Amino acid sequence: MKRTLIKNCRVISPECTAESLNSVYILNGKIEDIGDINAECDIVYDAGGNYLIPGLIDMNCKICEAGYENKDNLRVLSVAAAAGGYTSLTIAPNTQPIIDNKTVVDYVIQKAKNESNVNIYPYGSITKGCLGEEITEIGKMIGKGIIGISDNGAPVQNSGLLRDVLTYSRMFDIPVITNCLDKSLSDGRVINEGIISTKLGLFGSPREAEEIMVSRNIILGRYAKARLHLSNITTAFSAELIERGKKYNSELSAGTCPHYFSLTEEAAEGYNTLAKINPPLRTAADTEAIKEAIWNGTIDVIASGHTPADYDRKSVEFDLAAFGISSLETSFAVSYTCLCGENFGPDRLIEKMSTNPAKILGLKNKGIICKGYDADLAIVDFDNEYEVKGENFHSKAKYTPFEGRKVKGRVLKTFVGGKLVYDLQNNMS
Amino acid sequence: MDFKRKDFIGLIDVSAEEIKDILKTAETMKIVLSQKNKKAPYLQGKSVILLFYEKSVRAKLSYELAAQYLSANCVEIVVDDTREEALFEMGRTIEQMGGDFIIMRSPISGSAGFLAERVNASVINAGDGINENPTQALLDLLTIKELKGGFEGLKVAICGDVAGSRVARSNIWGLTRLGAEVRIAAPPTLIPNNMEEFGVKIYYDIKEACRDVDVIMSLKLQEEESYGSRLASYDEYKDFFMLDGNVISAAKPDVIVMHPGAPNRRIEIASEIVDSKKCIIDDQITNGVAVRMAILYLLSVGKGLEI
Repeated sequence: MKRTLIKNCRVISPECTAESLNSVYILNGKIEDIGDINAECDIVYDAGGNYLIPGLIDMNCKICEAGYENKDNLRVLSVAAAAGGYTSLTIAPNTQPIIDNKTVVDYVIQKAKNESNVNIYPYGSITKGCLGEEITEIGKMIGKGIIGISDNGAPVQNSGLLRDVLTYSRMFDIPVITNCLDKSLSDGRVINEGIISTKLGLFGSPREAEEIMVSRNIILGRYAKARLHLSNITTAFSAELIERGKKYNSELSAGTCPHYFSLTEEAAEGYNTLAKINPPLRTAADTEAIKEAIWNGTIDVIASGHTPADYDRKSVEFDLAAFGISSLETSFAVSYTCLCGENFGPDRLIEKMSTNPAKILGLKNKGIICKGYDADLAIVDFDNEYEVKGENFHSKAKYTPFEGRKVKGRVLKTFVGGKLVYDLQNNMS
Repeated sequence: MDFKRKDFIGLIDVSAEEIKDILKTAETMKIVLSQKNKKAPYLQGKSVILLFYEKSVRAKLSYELAAQYLSANCVEIVVDDTREEALFEMGRTIEQMGGDFIIMRSPISGSAGFLAERVNASVINAGDGINENPTQALLDLLTIKELKGGFEGLKVAICGDVAGSRVARSNIWGLTRLGAEVRIAAPPTLIPNNMEEFGVKIYYDIKEACRDVDVIMSLKLQEEESYGSRLASYDEYKDFFMLDGNVISAAKPDVIVMHPGAPNRRIEIASEIVDSKKCIIDDQITNGVAVRMAILYLLSVGKGLEI
């Protein structure tokens, strides 16, 4: 029996928000009690009056292991995640080998157990080899532990195939996570099509590339009555389509990433490759619409969109540079700084970054601070303002388009199953 | 003198005063070109490296002669594949061998600026992707200045594949900055997004675009197949956008017609126009050498090289 107490904290959770100081008593990795507790404990942490939130759950990040360990690996990434307040990560299937069969799922899960401090949940690929041609053995992969299927890295273009996948997936009760890009409109394009692409003489990817697939997927999901999640939503009209689509499919959910409501295409001025991200950063009108969609509930999830690339692959000409952003360690603070205010408290932000992801992914006992739930927690100081510096990242990708930006909302400590996995003070990892 | 730069990458951030400086210097260089003995000592002992990632005949010749008329050592490197060696490493190599100027052409937009940030040598953009070809635009500007006297209030129609033309973009930035009225005539699929926000007027009817203009710039079409679904065929294009006598009749009687060279006759421009006195391709070619000499000279001065 391991008994842990976190005292002097203000608990934030959609189910129980409190301004008064409390203690959280953790027994064997689960939250046993919340309140004014005087139990005898093995370890006591003093939160110093700061807020305690449910650990963040990332629905959209690239772990790069196996196959691309040069960019990031499980060990490094789990540290970066914990530093960002994340306690659970999903693995996008486009690793090498691709997560498209039960053997790879098995390998990834075993590896994660040994090397990661945070919970790791793999997605299976929707199609074999991420090629968009043949459906994978979803059932066998679920047997080994995937919690959803995804087309990350290779959005499914064939409507007939996606319709079958959405229909077939109903018998498993798992979410189908799709990225919305019509490749005939987006291939070979490097930034948003608009005034900046014209100014820089770069090939722009139009909004239509996303919006067409958002609408197609909504329609397919509606008739298949599937648990469909649309990730990486970036445009104003996509948000409109989703709002409408939700009237017809209560299982439809949508996600975005912090950079899609905090940065615009202008970040790419001067051929800044750090702002080369797929799908591309859009315009101010879009970022405003995405924020609105988060506030009004149209967008359910904020994921990190962490897609690290070697710095060498970023310090080349714009057309040749890799897409991607190192965002695990900035997601929470950037989101808090951009979104929270009078009408959108931190409890609502926690919904988008922890509670809703847990619900969509079917992670029972996570995403809420409540008796009986897993003690995946983070202590944050919302008033602590600091400057983002890529060099301080734990991720191997030590660069960011947010460099120098002042943000609020610092993660002080992170716990997974009651165990301390990150401590800002000791820079422990 | 307002022109003080290490590199010359594009016209998008060059002021009207700087452009005027360059044109004035180019006029002086034309005097050198008209001498019996075409040699000026300004770049003696300096090395000029032509780093070309694209096939080129005319531009390379023009730059090479410009450098030689100024007494520089001149070497060319032609590379087929932009991925063969990282650009900044190539730049470093050139620099270590004593290159003072790198004149670069590449299919990648922004590449000249990228190199300029990473080497001490002066970088001249000889065309980067679909972004800019600033010296080509300057030679157009010099030709216009010689024939029309100035730019304020001048009406210029740019006709053809603007989306695929780096020289069109350089011309648009330069001409608008100098106070000219710029019009574009092209099928909508060949006009870059949001172009009107940069102060140009857009036409889908070439004759309307050319009404009362002082200058018509005809652009060179690329290979027919490269347009995919953006163009039905050359044959249909010519029905709507070929620059011919009928179109020219709408312009001012003393209109001049410009073209970057090697025109697709009977497609973008009628033969009778290419061969007419209105078409001034030859002047453009001479001015190309003068303008490139001017840029080489001004960069060497701006950077504080001993001359």
